[in-house]
Amino acid sequence: MPLNLLVCVKGTVSSTSGALRPEGQPLSPSPLDEYAVEEALRLKERVPGSKTAALSLGTPASEEPLRSVLSLGVESAVLLCDEAFAGGDPVSSAYLLSLAVRKLSAAAPVQLVLCGKKTNDGESGQVGPALAAWLGWPSACAVRKVVEVSETSLTVERALEGGVETLALSFPAVLTLTKEINEPRLPSLKGKMAARKAQIPRWGASDLGADAALYGKSAATSVVKTAPVPPRAGGVSIPGNTPEEKARALAEKLKEMKLL
Amino acid sequence: MSADPKGILCVADALCPATAELLGAGRALADSRGEPLALLLADGAEAEAAAALGADRLLLLEGPSLAGAPEDAWEAALKPVLEAESPRAVLLPGTVFGRSLAPRLAVALRAGLVSDALTLRFDPEGRLLAERSICSGNAVAEILVGRWPALATLRPMAFPRAVPGQKKAEILRRSAPAAVSKARVLSFVPEAAAEIELGGADKVVSGGRGLGGPEGFAPLRELAALLGAAVGASRTAVDAGWIPYRHQVGLTGRSIRPRLYVACGISGQIQHLAGMRSSEVIVGINQDPDCPMMKLATFSVQGDLVKLVPALSAEIRRLRGA
Amino acid sequence: MDYGLTETQQEIVSLARQIAVKKVKPVREHYDKTEEFPWPVVEEFRKADLFGLYLPEQYGGLGGGCFELSLAFEEISKACGGIAMPLGTSSLGSLPILLFGSAEQRERFLPDLASGKKLGAFNITEPEAGSDATATKATALKDGDHYVLNGIKNFCSTGKEADVYVVFASTNPARGPRGISAFVVEKGAPGFSFGKKEEKMGIRANPTYELVFKDCRVPAANLLYKEGYGLFVAQGTFDMSRPGIGAQALGIAQGALDETLAYVRVRKQFGQAISSFQAIGHMLADCATQIEAGRALLYATARAMDAAMKPAIELALKERLPVYDAMRKLKTRRWTKESAMVKVFCSDTAMKVTTDCVQMCGGIGYMRDFPVEKFMRDAKVTQIYEGANQIQRNEISMMMIKEAASQGGEG
Repeated sequence: MPLNLLVCVKGTVSSTSGALRPEGQPLSPSPLDEYAVEEALRLKERVPGSKTAALSLGTPASEEPLRSVLSLGVESAVLLCDEAFAGGDPVSSAYLLSLAVRKLSAAAPVQLVLCGKKTNDGESGQVGPALAAWLGWPSACAVRKVVEVSETSLTVERALEGGVETLALSFPAVLTLTKEINEPRLPSLKGKMAARKAQIPRWGASDLGADAALYGKSAATSVVKTAPVPPRAGGVSIPGNTPEEKARALAEKLKEMKLL
Repeated sequence: MSADPKGILCVADALCPATAELLGAGRALADSRGEPLALLLADGAEAEAAAALGADRLLLLEGPSLAGAPEDAWEAALKPVLEAESPRAVLLPGTVFGRSLAPRLAVALRAGLVSDALTLRFDPEGRLLAERSICSGNAVAEILVGRWPALATLRPMAFPRAVPGQKKAEILRRSAPAAVSKARVLSFVPEAAAEIELGGADKVVSGGRGLGGPEGFAPLRELAALLGAAVGASRTAVDAGWIPYRHQVGLTGRSIRPRLYVACGISGQIQHLAGMRSSEVIVGINQDPDCPMMKLATFSVQGDLVKLVPALSAEIRRLRGA
Repeated sequence: MDYGLTETQQEIVSLARQIAVKKVKPVREHYDKTEEFPWPVVEEFRKADLFGLYLPEQYGGLGGGCFELSLAFEEISKACGGIAMPLGTSSLGSLPILLFGSAEQRERFLPDLASGKKLGAFNITEPEAGSDATATKATALKDGDHYVLNGIKNFCSTGKEADVYVVFASTNPARGPRGISAFVVEKGAPGFSFGKKEEKMGIRANPTYELVFKDCRVPAANLLYKEGYGLFVAQGTFDMSRPGIGAQALGIAQGALDETLAYVRVRKQFGQAISSFQAIGHMLADCATQIEAGRALLYATARAMDAAMKPAIELALKERLPVYDAMRKLKTRRWTKESAMVKVFCSDTAMKVTTDCVQMCGGIGYMRDFPVEKFMRDAKVTQIYEGANQIQRNEISMMMIKEAASQGGEG
């Protein structure tokens, strides 16, 4: 039985831009989400006949990252977009995504949702497991390998702090992935051309039947303030004419600071 | 939302340094409001040792073993216990366990969650305020959790570790309902014990592009062994296959904050800095004195790391021999 | 500089750049050293649809032209002019089929070449026939519905790895240059084998082979255009392919300059970055200016040529004619002079720029650990192949004289 695979993609500003405010900046898929897209495409190849779709929650600017996902070979995409969604937190975002998963599943049951382990902006890593909880599905975070996939379940491997765990999850399920899992492909030009023309439906609060107490400004957490990290105090250049002299000077400094 | 929240509850899956950090953070929060501190562990964990870490109460969860259980099983087991306890704040470790379970609990309890907290405090109304790093370490956001219980996972190494004391926690048993999990752990293979785990390491010696190849890590490992440090790496070194992914520091690897971070031949791309810039002392060893890492470093040593790293190891040996 | 690229052209550049940075740059040293064929990278070109850029959509291409091919070839060459080669050599194999093939031949060969499923190659050179192709000795004598090829061709780029070879042999040695004809020979044809592999100074990631024909029977249906039109086929192909060599050369020059600029900014001598010395600054300025001038010439020529060729290609597809016949019907002009100008200027620029880059980087620049010397080695061939630059200059001046004469000017 073929699978319906869904990837959650967040459009974010590239980390290298150093920008704290995304307004007006072009968005691209958050880096780890690219691994989720790649894994979905690989699972599609592993289970013939399977379908992939992408889901994003964001402003209209998030259409571009969805198009870049489509250019890689994902067949369809939906953007959850509504001014009322603003002001939410990761748990409330997961709530909205869960409603979209239910809505998609009503047409064709989704067996597996794939997410990056965390995004490069918020970096909370909450959305994947919270989405699973809203759906009542099992989840596995920080997966580095899909060992086996069948019609009803899959076996995955993940690195915990002290070792490697292998676990089996029955469908439907949610995974979050680390970059160890694969190497994302590049798009094709034909894929890019098709993606440019693709229709990406936008679903708002009423399309999802969302409960206003659970998203947007009703979210349980809010950002009180954001401040740039102050630059570190200027460092000391270790003097010396030879490697040995430099090593001695450095070792003394470290010893003074009780680091040896 | 709980009407009458009280106390701080720490949730741990095992007794490890991260658990001591939970109790360190939890103690400060509890004292700030004069409320009790509790630690919740799965039964079968080392109860005696855990009871000495400064908690007022130690809750042992009885029932089907949760040790190594998947997160949906933990969620189902903890939900009724947390509802009955009605804590003001629940703290979880910044491990895969904590990061996986906390969001599920947040949904189950309709609670608010802050991930990877760097600092924690209560506002005058007793609501939790937490600082956390965002945007690749370029900014810090302060998050207010507007409901109780307030959930937080802690950034490893960001809080002082509780040390065992004379005071013993009161040990209480709580029964957990049998939960049916849709996931099943098939196996767990511990990693080589000789290796110091990166996330909780006090010191880290890390290598990048400048090492030139996998063999470049040999002198770094020697230095790390002398320092009692974990070995880290930049994305370049990992992507080139010089060292396994579990050593990667940075945005797509691990975020760490050791007391000492020695960066050898790492120029310091923003994604790497995101994972280590809050280290207490940074030593940069690089040919290029103008690269971002050397600008960031507490101590920058310009030169050839092929010579400098062994020289530093030799110097440390000399100092210890003396 | 903003050259006003269309959205599709910008996408080509951006994707080619991603491939160059992620897939080519990390392995260029390896393939230069080992002289292996970079199949994993070629697979990336294939998956990205780069082989079909200039071929009509009807054959599975992207419907662009020489300009689109040049954009991709330039970007990939910024990372490695050697690994980029199959883009150029496959176009050299495809263009004669597109321009001179019958509708049936186009349908037979172009779809697999457009998808990159098969690689094309082109071989006119022989040991005794280099710049002077009229000295071709290989023969193709008719035998029923086949031609029987005998002889040795050499210096075939992407040799042995390509699947579809366009080769030249005499069907009528008595007629000399007018007896030479062009054939499509597929790998595996009985009597077709590969001889010596050359060891080269540059573009070492691309194999250069001798092609050996020994009583090789090729179906008459594989003759391109007509008997005796071989040199026509070659020249018509070069008119369209030479800007590609210009693009490769410019990419090599730009790649070397980018590496050099990064180095001179951090390299300190006499207590300051060497980029702050005027001697270096002026060399940087000249390199950049020459590259940009070449690029302006290349882009302008490629665009004008594509625009002029478009109606002929459309007519040929519609009426199932060889494109060359459609060109004659529409009186489409030839681009011999302009494409030679692009090739000469860009390849001479590449040689000069890469030589200067090695000079600016000094001792380090001369070492194999540092990429700049490889760019210099790779640049050299662009002055030599697809017609040595001396031959290009002959063609340019010959065309100038012809044009002046046809305009009735004084001789």
